[in-house]
Amino acid sequence: MNRSLAGWIFAAPALLVLTVFFALPVFASLLLSFTDFDLYALANPQHLRFVGIRNYVELLQMPMFWKALGNTTYFVAVGVPLSIGVSLGAALLLNAPVARAQAVFRTALFAPVVTTLVAVAVIWRYLFHTSYGVVNFGLGSIGIEPIDWLGDPFWAMPTIILLAVWKNFGYNMVILLAGLQAIPNDLYEAARIDGASRWQQLRYITLPMLGPVLLVVGVITIAGYFQLFAEPYVMTRGDPLQSTVSVLYFMFEEGFRWWNLGRASAVAFILFVIVMTITALLMRMGRKKGLV
Amino acid sequence: MSGNVGDSRGWGLAVNGTLLVLACLSLLPLLWMLSVSFMPVGEASRFPPPLLPSSFTFGNYTELFQRIGMGRYFGNSLIVAGAATTLSVLINAAAGYAFAKLRFAGRDGLFKLLLAALVIPAQVTMLPLFLLMKQLGLVDSLGGVVVPALASVFGIFLVRQYARSIPDELLEAARIDGASELRIFVSIVLPILRPVLITLAIFTFMASWNDFMWPLIVLTSDENFTLPIALASLSREHIQDVEMMMAGAVVTVLPVLLLFLLLQRHYIRGLLQGSVKG
Repeated sequence: MNRSLAGWIFAAPALLVLTVFFALPVFASLLLSFTDFDLYALANPQHLRFVGIRNYVELLQMPMFWKALGNTTYFVAVGVPLSIGVSLGAALLLNAPVARAQAVFRTALFAPVVTTLVAVAVIWRYLFHTSYGVVNFGLGSIGIEPIDWLGDPFWAMPTIILLAVWKNFGYNMVILLAGLQAIPNDLYEAARIDGASRWQQLRYITLPMLGPVLLVVGVITIAGYFQLFAEPYVMTRGDPLQSTVSVLYFMFEEGFRWWNLGRASAVAFILFVIVMTITALLMRMGRKKGLV
Repeated sequence: MSGNVGDSRGWGLAVNGTLLVLACLSLLPLLWMLSVSFMPVGEASRFPPPLLPSSFTFGNYTELFQRIGMGRYFGNSLIVAGAATTLSVLINAAAGYAFAKLRFAGRDGLFKLLLAALVIPAQVTMLPLFLLMKQLGLVDSLGGVVVPALASVFGIFLVRQYARSIPDELLEAARIDGASELRIFVSIVLPILRPVLITLAIFTFMASWNDFMWPLIVLTSDENFTLPIALASLSREHIQDVEMMMAGAVVTVLPVLLLFLLLQRHYIRGLLQGSVKG
């Protein structure tokens, strides 16, 4: 009896914080998305009206919302495979028996993960500067004309993707490396005795054994990449031609610049539902293949 | 046989060479930042872009701290990350221990609920959270940044996994000796949990130090900015001052980078435990 009470008392502070500052806001956000909460309601809550699904209907008719969703989808569709590919490649290299100084390489490759996103976004702006950036200078020395990386709507999102991949691939690399190290060595020995090439070992042993880890990594990375915000905020402000406006950037502008909190909440919920749906589909796919 | 040795030598060269290229690509932007931060004003905007300072100067840093007030932002970041870390480690430790070792009504159902909540992104809460902070008078205060970070499902989960290995007999023996539950927690449980608490502390400190979106929303006046918010705002006004902006980036990045280099074993271990939560 005493211990049951103690349990509640020990858990209470955390549960209180999570209830007041997480659970309640989630429900409040859902409610808010069915109201016309705006600058007037902020000043005087009596102006608040219940509008049903109007925010959602209006959003689906806004070209800017679709643009933001399209940009974010582009970022996820290109960035996630690229990022996981680089992570996997780096993990395979680190795990190769011939690799030297693994600890040093691992630390170097992981360093970008712990840096502050805002700071590296500022660095990126200078490195990719059209006229005095190091990147264009390097490309120029092999005869490539200067590219207006952040000023050209075609190049702005790829530049942001490069930054995201550079900053994040070390995280998944460490997880995949642990997965690689858990694969029993005798599998490879048996394969070598059967004369399997390195490529065949990768294709028929490593990748299948890594399946469950790849699924987890995929789910985490997709959810993370859908939350694109700081990069466009610091590097482009959503420009050029709104080619880098992400869903969260759009939500931020609607909510905290124009104070359309009702509509912004609807944006947050649509994003939540999209991420949940993709996660559920991936998990189902994984279950069918026996990965979970 | 000799062909085989040659092949494996070539393979070794390819593997290590590629790793070296990747490591350079990872580190060069950071080294470039460091180098430019010591350049005289205007040097980085020349063409061709210099890689090393022609003469070494601390001027960008003195400018940053004396005229721009970087010290204030640094202090704010330190207060926010320090408070969030200290308090949330304690709160999560108590809850993680309770979920692992103390049987209380509704415990298992509650824990399942917490795990389910992991899929909800924090951004969903931000709009109502802002209104709540307005009611509590915490908008534009460091408290408003800290309070929502005081507990986390990830932290509770991390501690619980570790605390499950504490033998029940140890706790029972202490109870028979008449120790109170609080005393057991403070003098038996916390010392055992030390390694996982260090891991959690590093994670929380870094996440809080690097956090951008919520502080950007809740902090409105310049004097309360944390480093990332200040840096984002400075980069708008001072976009031409490459050298000073890089000094600002160094000041922002260096503390977490050093923390990681010093304690990376703990950090990587936490990362691996957190990722296999399924």
